Amino acid sequence: MQVKEIVDILNLKIFGGSQGLDREITGGYTSDLLSDVMGHADSGKVWITLQTHKNVIAIASLKELSAVILIKGNAPDADMLAQAEDEGIPVLGTNEEAFETTGKLYNLIMHS
Amino acid sequence: MRFEYQIEAGNFTNAGDASSGFKKILKQLNVDPQIIKRIVVSMYEGEVNIVAHSNGGKAICDVDTSRVLIQLVDIGPGIPDIEKAMQAGFSTASAKVREMGFGAGMGLQNIKNNSDILNIQSEVGVGTCVEIIVNLPQS
Repeated sequence: MQVKEIVDILNLKIFGGSQGLDREITGGYTSDLLSDVMGHADSGKVWITLQTHKNVIAIASLKELSAVILIKGNAPDADMLAQAEDEGIPVLGTNEEAFETTGKLYNLIMHS
Repeated sequence: MRFEYQIEAGNFTNAGDASSGFKKILKQLNVDPQIIKRIVVSMYEGEVNIVAHSNGGKAICDVDTSRVLIQLVDIGPGIPDIEKAMQAGFSTASAKVREMGFGAGMGLQNIKNNSDILNIQSEVGVGTCVEIIVNLPQS
């Protein structure tokens, strides 16, 4: 499943990094603790979080994550967005909470 | 081969740049991707610790055929009780740093779990040296 497919199905907003919309997704990881993601998220996963600063992209890049979904209507900080554009990592958004977003993404990936 | 990266204290905007730079070199050197992942996690956590807790420092990375050695050296307050600092969940990070999602007391655990050798030497009021070794497979 590609990032652009979850954008369509879950009706996600694309903030930036759209060069990466063809990236393959292997799963997801939901956390707001950066060291938790650093230690436990595998490459190819979508990161669901409410953190909106530049370090999110640093970690997404180092861990080779497929995309970031910001929950609860959060928007990325300007430097986070600029970094996402540079790295080609899609930054997506939803008004829903982590629970709903994670559940929907889990169902999609498990049944794809 | 030796590579050195300066790490600025308090500047979270650039946190991860040193790890990102070294990751690119490891890829060019054709190091096994699974081993690169372990090195990157370890180095990033050490780098963030220097940003969050010290007055500035550097990462000195040395690669030979048998291992990757990373020394994260800083000038700063030092660690009074290393054993306590190693405990999962223990952190002295500020509220601001915690709000960003850092300072959950997972960093040193991540280094321990992803490296083959972790040595921490610290002197209170002087600084800290975190030494990380990740072995490379012998062909």
